[in-house]
Amino acid sequence: MRSTRIKPSEIGFALFRHGVLGLGALLMLAPFILMVSVSLKPPGEIFAPEFTLWPQTFYAWENYSAAFSKQPLARFILNGFIVTIAIFTFQLITALPCAYALAKLNWRGRETVFALVLLGLLIPHQVTAIPLYILFWKLGLLNSYAAIILPSTISVFGIFLMRQFFMTVPNDLIAAARLDGLGEFGIVWRIMLPTAVPAVIAFWVLSFVWNWNEFFWPLIVVQSEHLATPPLGVVFFANAEAGTNYGPLMAAATAITAPLVLAFLLAQRWFIDGVTMTAVK
Amino acid sequence: MVDAVVNLGVSAPPRRRRAGERAEILAAWVLAGPALALMWIMLLGPAVAVMVLSFTDWTFGMPSFAWIGFGNYLEMAEDPVFWKTLRNTLVYVAFVVPLAVFIGLGAALLIEAGTSLRGFYRAAFFLPVTSTLLAMALVFQFAFHPTLGAINRTLAVLGIPTTDWLKNADTALFALGVIGVWQAVGLSMVLFLAGLKAVPKDLYEAAAVDGADSAWERFRRVTWPMLGPASVFVVAITAIRAFQVFDTVAVLTDGGPNKATSVILYQMYQEGFSFLRSAYAAALTVVFLGFVLVLTLLQVSLQERRTHYG
Repeated sequence: MRSTRIKPSEIGFALFRHGVLGLGALLMLAPFILMVSVSLKPPGEIFAPEFTLWPQTFYAWENYSAAFSKQPLARFILNGFIVTIAIFTFQLITALPCAYALAKLNWRGRETVFALVLLGLLIPHQVTAIPLYILFWKLGLLNSYAAIILPSTISVFGIFLMRQFFMTVPNDLIAAARLDGLGEFGIVWRIMLPTAVPAVIAFWVLSFVWNWNEFFWPLIVVQSEHLATPPLGVVFFANAEAGTNYGPLMAAATAITAPLVLAFLLAQRWFIDGVTMTAVK
Repeated sequence: MVDAVVNLGVSAPPRRRRAGERAEILAAWVLAGPALALMWIMLLGPAVAVMVLSFTDWTFGMPSFAWIGFGNYLEMAEDPVFWKTLRNTLVYVAFVVPLAVFIGLGAALLIEAGTSLRGFYRAAFFLPVTSTLLAMALVFQFAFHPTLGAINRTLAVLGIPTTDWLKNADTALFALGVIGVWQAVGLSMVLFLAGLKAVPKDLYEAAAVDGADSAWERFRRVTWPMLGPASVFVVAITAIRAFQVFDTVAVLTDGGPNKATSVILYQMYQEGFSFLRSAYAAALTVVFLGFVLVLTLLQVSLQERRTHYG
C-alpha cells in the first residue's frame, strides 16, 4: 500500500526516471532541433566553430525562399498530397468491401481469400519491384503518377485491419439493416463504415505516413522532377545543391517533414493505436 | 492472438441452399473481387513472377531469354560482393535490433513507471518513426560531418576520438545503424507499452504476496514473462524492418566506401535498375524474401509456443 508521505526513494526514482527519459527524448528530438536551427541560420553561422541553438542573424526568409525557388519544392509537396490521397482512396474502396465479405458473409472461398491476405502481409513491397517495373514498361506507364500510385492501390494491411475491426461489429446490426431493405453494398458504406471510423482513421494515418515517406519505388519509376514525391524531391535538391548549401537544404527538409509532424501531433492517438492494433490483435 | 484465424475453421453445418444464401455468395465475390484482383496483379502475381524470372538469364529490354536453372544463384554464391553484402546486412540487423528493442523496452518501462510527462515522452520517442527518413538522413549527414557536425563536436568535447564516420569503411555501417536505431526505438516502445497495458494488475499483487518486493523482482517474475509474446513480435518486426534498410544507404553512402555499406536491397536495386540485370536482381530478391519469411516463421512458431505455455 502506498503511504501518504512521499518517501525519499520515490523522489530519487522520479529524478532517475525524468533524467533518463529526458536525455532519451533530447537525443530523439535532437535531429529535428538541429534541422530547424540550421534552416534559420546564415551560412556564416552554420560553418562557425561554436554552435548556437538560435541564430544571431535571423536568416529564415532567405533560406526558405531559396528552398522554394531553386527547386520546385511546392510541387514536390503537392505531389505528396496527390499521391497519398489517390492511394488511400483506392485502398479504402477496395479494402472495405473485401474486409466486410471476409468478416461477415458466409461463402466458399472465404478461408482461401483470407489466407491470401495473410500471405500478402508477409511479402515486403520491394519484392514486387522488378516484375512491376517490367509490367509498367510494357504498358508505357513508367514515369507517371499512375506508376507511383498503382502498386499501392491495394493494401492487404488495410483489409486485415478492417476485417479485425468488422469481426467485433454485432451481427444483429447487419440483420436489422437487411430487414430495412439495405443491400450488401449499402451495408458496407452506410452501416459498417460509420461504425469503423476509429479504424479507418488509423488506416488513413498509417497509409499517409507510409506513402508520403516511400522512397524505394518512386526512385525506381520516376525520372522527371515534376513528378517527384517529397523524399525524392529532397534528393534532387541535395544533388543540385551539391550538399554544401545547408541552410536551404535544411529548410527544404523541414518543409517536407512538417506535414507529417503536424499530422502526428494532431492524430497521435490514432497513430499509435493503428501501429499497435496489428500487433496486439 | 490466433483465435481470429481459428474461428474461420468452424464451418456451418451443411444445409440446402436458399436463394438468400446464393445471393450472399454472389455479393461476397462482388465485394471481395476488386481487392482480390488487385492483390494478384500488384502483389502475389509479381512475387511469383520474381521467382520465375530468377531462373532465367533475361536482361532488361532483351527480346528473348533462356532458362538457366539455378545459374543466377550459382553466380551469386561465387560472387564475393554478394557475400559481403549479405554479411553487411546481417551485421546491420544484429546491431540495430538489440539496441532498438532494449532501449524501447527501457523507455516503455520507465514511461509506465510514473505518471508525469507520459504523453510528452511517448510522443518524443515515437516522432522519428513517422518522420521522413530521407529528409532526416540528410540532417544526420550534417550531424556526422567530420568537422562541422554536432556529433564530432560533442565527442571532441568529451575527449573521444573522432573520424569521418560515413566515409570510414570501418564505421560507416554502424553510423547508418545509429540512424536505424534512432528510427526503430519508437516502434518497439509503443509495442511494449501496449504489451504492458495487457499485464493484469492483480499479478503484481500476487507476486507481492509471494515476496517479490523490489522493482527488479516484479519485473523478473511478472512483467518479463507476461511480455514474452509481445517481445517476440517486437524483435521480429524490428528485424524485418532492419532487413529492408535502403533509404539511408542510397542517399548517404551509395553502398560505399568500398562496398562497406552495400546491403541486400541496395545491391538488388543496383543490379536491377542501374545495370539492368533483371534476372540476377530477381534472384537477389528471392534471397531477400527468403530471409524475411524465415524471420516471420520463427516469430509465429515462437509466439505460439510461448502463448501456449504462458
